[in-house]
Amino acid sequence: MSEPILEIRNLHASVEERPILRGLHLVLYPGEVHAIMGPNGSGKSTLAAVLAGREGYDVTAGEVLYRGEDLLELAPEERARAGVFLAFQYPIEIPGVNSAYFLRAAVNEIRKHRGQPELDAVEFLTLVKEKLKVLDIPESFLKRPVNEGFSGGEKKRNEIFQMALLEPALAILDETDSGLDIDALRVVAGGVNKLKRPDNAQLVITHYQRLLDHIVPDHVHVLAEGRIVRSGGRELALELEEKGYDWIHDGVPQPA
Amino acid sequence: MTGFTTASRSLPDMITAPTVSNPSKVAAGETGPYLRTFEHLVMEGALEHPAWALGLRRAAIARFARQGLPTPRHEDWRYTSLAPLAKLPFKPILHLDPRGLDEAALRALGVPDFGGSRLVFVDGVLAPGFSRIVPEAGVTLSGLADRLAGDGVLIRKHLGQLAPVERENPLLALNTAFFRDGAYLHVAAGKQAPLVQLIFVASGAEAGLTSSPRNLLHFERGAQAVVIEHHVSLGGEPVLTNAACEVIVEEGAHVEQVKVQDEHPAAFHVGALEARVERGATHLYHSLALGARLSRTNIHSVFAGERVECVLNGLYLVDGERLADHHMVVEHARPHCASHEYFNAILAGKARGVFHGRILVRPGAQKTDAKQTNKNLLLSGDAQADTRPQLEIYADDVKCTHGATIGQLNDDAIYYLRSRGIGHAQARRMLVHAFAGEILDRIRAACVREHLNDVVWRRLEASF
Repeated sequence: MSEPILEIRNLHASVEERPILRGLHLVLYPGEVHAIMGPNGSGKSTLAAVLAGREGYDVTAGEVLYRGEDLLELAPEERARAGVFLAFQYPIEIPGVNSAYFLRAAVNEIRKHRGQPELDAVEFLTLVKEKLKVLDIPESFLKRPVNEGFSGGEKKRNEIFQMALLEPALAILDETDSGLDIDALRVVAGGVNKLKRPDNAQLVITHYQRLLDHIVPDHVHVLAEGRIVRSGGRELALELEEKGYDWIHDGVPQPA
Repeated sequence: MTGFTTASRSLPDMITAPTVSNPSKVAAGETGPYLRTFEHLVMEGALEHPAWALGLRRAAIARFARQGLPTPRHEDWRYTSLAPLAKLPFKPILHLDPRGLDEAALRALGVPDFGGSRLVFVDGVLAPGFSRIVPEAGVTLSGLADRLAGDGVLIRKHLGQLAPVERENPLLALNTAFFRDGAYLHVAAGKQAPLVQLIFVASGAEAGLTSSPRNLLHFERGAQAVVIEHHVSLGGEPVLTNAACEVIVEEGAHVEQVKVQDEHPAAFHVGALEARVERGATHLYHSLALGARLSRTNIHSVFAGERVECVLNGLYLVDGERLADHHMVVEHARPHCASHEYFNAILAGKARGVFHGRILVRPGAQKTDAKQTNKNLLLSGDAQADTRPQLEIYADDVKCTHGATIGQLNDDAIYYLRSRGIGHAQARRMLVHAFAGEILDRIRAACVREHLNDVVWRRLEASF
């Protein structure tokens, strides 16, 4: 087997001195799709934030290796350039910043990091039009300010569109299904599936199993009180759907 | 930009009493150099440009002598101290001295050539060698001094009418006393003037040099024009540009004016705009304060007819220990007029931004629609914004709103941009640029808007 893309070892993280993650272990290999499920407050979004480098999250113990390197010492933009992508649960509206301008800046930062020449406006447009088709997004979108006035579905679609454009090695999808109707869910999931490759990995964080009808994971993990309490195949998601999260707690040793 | 607190009130609770200003008497020592210089120049015959204007100048200097250079005790100057200016010698400029300016130097100042007519002034005096007038039927463009020397009748009718010496603005009085030259533009009824550039180069050659450019712009009924006014510096000595501009926008005319003040960070800049806008006319005035150690722009616009549409739109971009101040009075004298004021300030370092916007609705000016917004973006903990909206309403069927916000960059937005690979500094600049874009996007002349967009972006890259 090849080197893991992501290795999380005994991760502890706090927000405002309140421990949220309490000893999390997880390994993702290239070509794999992992789903992390868990009830509200189990630490799902904290995990996404810690991996993407959001401020305000303190890692108190453990380590995270990305392709064998310490991920946690990199700034958010360095992680992005190295190939880590977070699809936000709540994408931020940025009035006044034109989408095309923003996307080209992002693509070129990543290309620079990879030692590729930067794209000029024309080359960028060719690339971007091709990717827009994948997510069924109209070209007029490029002229709009980033996420401003977008519906919930449009914002989520925009996240996956950015993922298509930036071609990350590790994509973390934080509750990408929340707020989506079934049609939007299908489009978004279809986009994610098209982006799956043997050399990248996807970490899909979700509360509900319905997203996993469309994005089929290789592994499912259940997060509760800051650690993974169950791991299994796709059938684990179905079991959760059927029984809810309560039965998980029964078998979880309570942390001291 | 989120993260701002917004204060917005609407009628009727916003009817406020007029502020009684109490200009302090300034010691004779502070006006002495100005008066002595005036008398000296009169004796030399240097202020007889033309002879008939001497009476106007005398009235102006007398007015100035009564008020003196404003101090923060003066209500309208509470947040802006001219103390460092008062320390400078006073050396008014009355003759052209190109100070080694050449085409290459002019280009190096970053003033673009939009290809239409342009007048270049050095220390407020026309430099014909750098100027170009594209002939156009119905459009008269020249230096004001040339105009005064020739057929002065029309000028005599208008000069000092919109900016009377009685106006409580000592620096405007000082301009009237000492002006030598400036731009004269007249666009005849129904004519369209090609874009006009007025380029004012402050030599910055010697501390205390004072230029007093005086512009008179007259747009007859239905005329259309775009006028851009650049203020730049050659040298870095502390000098004063004390500009004044009288604008008449007649019935149905459509005028867009852009003023870009980008002088040396050691320079002082004071400017007055006095506008009279008549029935059904549109007046768009954009004011960018990018340069100067201290800049103050006084805007006074009177709507003298119904259905006027007026936009006053401004951007401040200051850092270091610099200060930019916009002070305006919008006078709704007639019913059914709309005025919108938008001023965004970007303040870094220990910079200060001052905004004072007064909307005056005269009795009978019903159906007035007046809106005023001042947003301040503080990029450091040491920057300071003073904002003072003021509504003075003497009619009962009007819509007047004002809002002022002071805030910082949105951390979530910075994080979002960084999470896509964009560096921290670049992310900040993108957000600041977007904030500036709210103002720049209102400039309708596309070439000017694009140029200023680049100017602002480069400035952010260089110093913010």
